[in-house]
Amino acid sequence: MSSNVIDAPRSNSAESPKYKRSKGSGSSFEMFAWLFMRLSGVVLIVLIFGHLFVNLMLGDGIHAIDFGFVAGKWSNPFWQFWDLAMLWLAMLHGTNGVRTIINDYAERSGTRITLKTVLFVASAVIIVLGTLVIFTFDPCPAGAVVDLPSFCPVP
Amino acid sequence: MSTVETAETAPEPASKIELPAHLGGGGEIPTFDVTLRVRRYNPEVSEESTWEDFTMTMYGTDRVLDALHKVKWEQDGSLTFRRSCAHGVCGSDAMRINGRNRLACKTLLKDLDTTKPITVEPIKGLPVEKDLIVDMEPFFQSFREVMPFLVNRGHEPAKERLQSAEQRERFDDTTKCILCAACTSSCPVFWTDGQYFGPAAIVNAHRFIFDSRDDAGDMRLEILNDKEGVWRCRTTFNCTEACPRGIQITQAIAEVKQAILARQL
Repeated sequence: MSSNVIDAPRSNSAESPKYKRSKGSGSSFEMFAWLFMRLSGVVLIVLIFGHLFVNLMLGDGIHAIDFGFVAGKWSNPFWQFWDLAMLWLAMLHGTNGVRTIINDYAERSGTRITLKTVLFVASAVIIVLGTLVIFTFDPCPAGAVVDLPSFCPVP
Repeated sequence: MSTVETAETAPEPASKIELPAHLGGGGEIPTFDVTLRVRRYNPEVSEESTWEDFTMTMYGTDRVLDALHKVKWEQDGSLTFRRSCAHGVCGSDAMRINGRNRLACKTLLKDLDTTKPITVEPIKGLPVEKDLIVDMEPFFQSFREVMPFLVNRGHEPAKERLQSAEQRERFDDTTKCILCAACTSSCPVFWTDGQYFGPAAIVNAHRFIFDSRDDAGDMRLEILNDKEGVWRCRTTFNCTEACPRGIQITQAIAEVKQAILARQL
């Protein structure tokens, strides 16, 4: 009779849903991730539209943007902080969004782990590089002559 | 965000079959031909599912369940589906009709587009056993995990546990659940790997979390704070649209989220 026993249709395939749910970790990480998405979203609306308004609308607007304009902004701690906050919040917000999409759509744990590793490495690289640029930026590079901000010493 | 019309969100075209205003007056009930396109699966014959069409003449007062009965009793006795009460109370016959989760016993044929075959499939995300029957065990496992029963730490009272009308109203909506799985099996997050608790388990947790007589709300909130708990809800509202009892499921899930936040912060 044992040869007549039929497995449940999806029990042996790789994409079958698990009958037993994996035990929870007891951490509130998902709750804080959910909360972070809402709070960072609200702050990002202010940061991004403020950024766009100052860069594209004020003064000469888009025609004023050149190396000197950006260098001038980044010599001011206020704009350094603004851009740093925008970089970190946008990157973490976007990374967490893509993380949830991977969790929702990747069916195999292998695919899920691979995709999330690529995502986290890429995000870490961009956050570190961006932070370095904001803090180590030299507004008056030696040898440059065009588009320098007005406060640079004349060579 | 613009809404994309899919089979699930598009409204059914208006019915072309009109019932006489006073059927009780003995007027003749109109009949029409319908084709039922049923997703058949029999693991003893083949691992592949196939579509099979059944055409029959039905009355304007008939439901999809009546058509399934007619097929099983008169055309093909091997057609397999669940139904118990056949009146929308037991929750046995949830199935995917024209791409939407509904109860076959509450869906009138005349309200569907009878010019095209009516597709009938098993609900998604649960393992199919035969034809329209799925294995409900993963669904009930989630249900059991939220402890869907009254937990009271006080002394057992000599009379009934009193509750005001307002306290009862707080969780009235989620008492309507009949565990048909139409919501959970309409949830795209549940389809992926079946690990998400699913809307039905959260609805039944909500029913006790907000019950003033119950003392285990904190334990249920702790369970639903799991990584597969309420935070996986993407508020797509599929569950609310699928619920044959009209429970505002997405709202209930949001209320559980707020309760967890209020407790943790």
